[in-house]
Amino acid sequence: MKIIKIDKKTWADGLERLKNQYRVYGPVKEDQGFHTYQPLQDGQQPDLNCLNTRLSPKAIVHPQSHPMFEYSLDEKQADHHIMKPVEAGEISRAVVGVRPCDAKAFQLVKLNFDTPEYKDPYWLNAYAATTFVGLACNDPCSTCFCTTSGCGPFHEEELDILLIDMGEEYAANILTEKGAHLAGAAGWNAVEEEMGMDGRLADQKQAAEAKIRSFVKTDRLREVETTALYEAPFWEEIAFSCINCGTCTYACPTCWCFDIQDETHGQSGKRMRNWDSCMYPLFTLHGSGHNPRSTKIHRVRQRFMHKLKYFVDKYDAGIQCVGCGRCVRLCPVNIDIRKVCGLMNSYDTSACVCPTP
Amino acid sequence: MQNPYLPYPVRIDDILIETEDKNLKTFKFVFLNPEDEERFSYTSGQFAELSVTGKGEIPIGIASSPTEKGFIMFTVNKVGLVSSYLHAMKPGDLMGVRGPLGNCFPWDGMEGKHIVIIGGGFAFTTLRSSIVLMLDPANRGRFKDIHVIYGARSPGMLLYKEEIQAWEKRDDIHVHITVDATDDPDWKYNTGFVPTITEQKAPPGNADTYAIVCGPPIMIKFTQPVLDNLGYDSDHIIMSLENRMKCGIGMCGRCNIGKAFVCKDGPVFTLAQLNQMPKEY
Ligand SMILES: Cc1cc2nc3c(=O)[nH]c(=O)nc-3n(C[C@H](O)[C@H](O)[C@H](O)COP(=O)(O)OP(=O)(O)OC[C@H]3O[C@@H](n4cnc5c(N)ncnc54)[C@H](O)[C@@H]3O)c2cc1C
Ligand code: SF4
Ligand code: SF4
Ligand code: FES
Repeated sequence: MKIIKIDKKTWADGLERLKNQYRVYGPVKEDQGFHTYQPLQDGQQPDLNCLNTRLSPKAIVHPQSHPMFEYSLDEKQADHHIMKPVEAGEISRAVVGVRPCDAKAFQLVKLNFDTPEYKDPYWLNAYAATTFVGLACNDPCSTCFCTTSGCGPFHEEELDILLIDMGEEYAANILTEKGAHLAGAAGWNAVEEEMGMDGRLADQKQAAEAKIRSFVKTDRLREVETTALYEAPFWEEIAFSCINCGTCTYACPTCWCFDIQDETHGQSGKRMRNWDSCMYPLFTLHGSGHNPRSTKIHRVRQRFMHKLKYFVDKYDAGIQCVGCGRCVRLCPVNIDIRKVCGLMNSYDTSACVCPTP
Repeated sequence: MQNPYLPYPVRIDDILIETEDKNLKTFKFVFLNPEDEERFSYTSGQFAELSVTGKGEIPIGIASSPTEKGFIMFTVNKVGLVSSYLHAMKPGDLMGVRGPLGNCFPWDGMEGKHIVIIGGGFAFTTLRSSIVLMLDPANRGRFKDIHVIYGARSPGMLLYKEEIQAWEKRDDIHVHITVDATDDPDWKYNTGFVPTITEQKAPPGNADTYAIVCGPPIMIKFTQPVLDNLGYDSDHIIMSLENRMKCGIGMCGRCNIGKAFVCKDGPVFTLAQLNQMPKEY
């Protein structure tokens, strides 16, 4: 739409004005040294020097634990034992300082929650109520591989505004109506000077992209046959050191799996949905004791096959990974999706020596 | 936006103990709001999430047939948390049902064909639905010969016993009941495992014949080669899977086999389809 300049001296005032209309989330530094997304209190500023938060911002739309329905077990109540929707009353929220990869992740996750047959009201309503104010990465981390996983340090998809730090000021690229509304609420549209995504901004974008030093190859993932990849010999070695801690799935902006549990206290309760992880044996355990993904090889393979093969085949929208590098940085045993992707992408079934049956 | 997680409120109308070990009970539900019965418009092979308020939901195949009006019926094995609690409930109690979910048996493709139904143990629920559907006077003419091979451990473990015995007497359906073993001198049906009886009684496979196979993994494993020998093509063998589920609508991510969700793209698959998928069931 248009690019405006926001003087850093007026930035804080604008954010305060925003808080009248939005619940504003931003990266905040924790005592332990890492950053998390938190609702900002009056006067509290997001820490935009944060490279990226430890957990992704997915929880703002898909909370780790969220009530779906409430119920009463008290037979004196007229509607006992009947599930009633929990009135959500979605509050407008703004996520300020979200990195382009994390924003792009919402687009991939939406493919799961917004289908022709069913729509997930919890995710979709929260998503619709959220405005994403992104911050371009002038200095990406060494583990970022966004440029080969469908986005990049200045990527705009799913963002309503892209902020570019230019030293004394931010260039704010207003990308959507939602973004324009937010800029208005902050009083940022009053700024006169407009600019284009050329000249200095284009140089800055190019410089940032050139700093990405980590890549994945994904061009052959579609053509390699599912069952052949599933049977590939490398899974055992990849899974060997995994402790099935689930960190990779909880940290990942593109992992969405959840569980549903009834939580009763006394005579009333709530049906909750809670994040779950394909890394846990319970995820697929049948009541009979049978488990179709009984070993960690099954589970590690499921995670990578889902992200790099099943998703790719199902939606033709690239891999289910935006290259944020969180799982690479946080895995306690250094399992690296870039390496696994390389193995999968280069897997040559004809070179495989199969044992004769 | 309609909330696909919201169960329809139902009342337990009737509970029937099916088996001698009392581990299987059939529940008849009536919708509290009559218009929900219309919304819950289903066909044989589909399942629903039974929602026991305060305990959780379990996916259960629909055992009633769309030709039976005024109620829906499910047969539940007592296994863990939710199913055990359900077994302790009484007629009149309130709970919820969410669905119908999943695909169904391929009724359009099977029209005008011979149908062979092979079932073992308590996986006979959606098969009962299918038989009742096909035997309905309005539908019987849509299918050629119908064979049913149904086995259980012992006579006391057979589901829907009276109904099956009544079908056995009819001449528009060939019913072969079997038990693994029995010391009942009055047992007048077959004795032997389902694969063996299939070998003896099932018609040969051809382009005009479909087999629907539901049962415990061991039965399926040994029935498959029998059907191969009888000449059944893998795209004429139809199976129903039971992966662990929560949402039932392809959202929560747990029931997948490869890129297919058992809850939404299944639970019914042909053997030909399963042969193209990882063996995660
Ligand atoms: C499509 C389909 C049709 C089914 N039809 C029938 C039927 O007609 N009759 C019958 O008795 N059983 C059926 N089952 C199996 C039945 O769903 C499980 O036995 C039941 O969920 C066990 O729940 P629980 O709470 O008693 O056990 P727990 O072990 O306490 O299970 C906890 C939760 O895990 C999930 N879960 C556990 N086992 C299974 C499983 N095998 N399949 C799916 N989810 C599971 C459920 O959400 C359950 O509430 C069917 C399963 C599927 C997927
Ligand atoms: S898989 Fe790893 S690198 Fe890719 S989006 Fe998830 S956490 Fe980031
Ligand atoms: S973070 Fe690493 S060790 Fe933990 S579950 Fe993921 S791959 Fe396994
Ligand atoms: S049960 Fe949730 S995706 Fe199938």
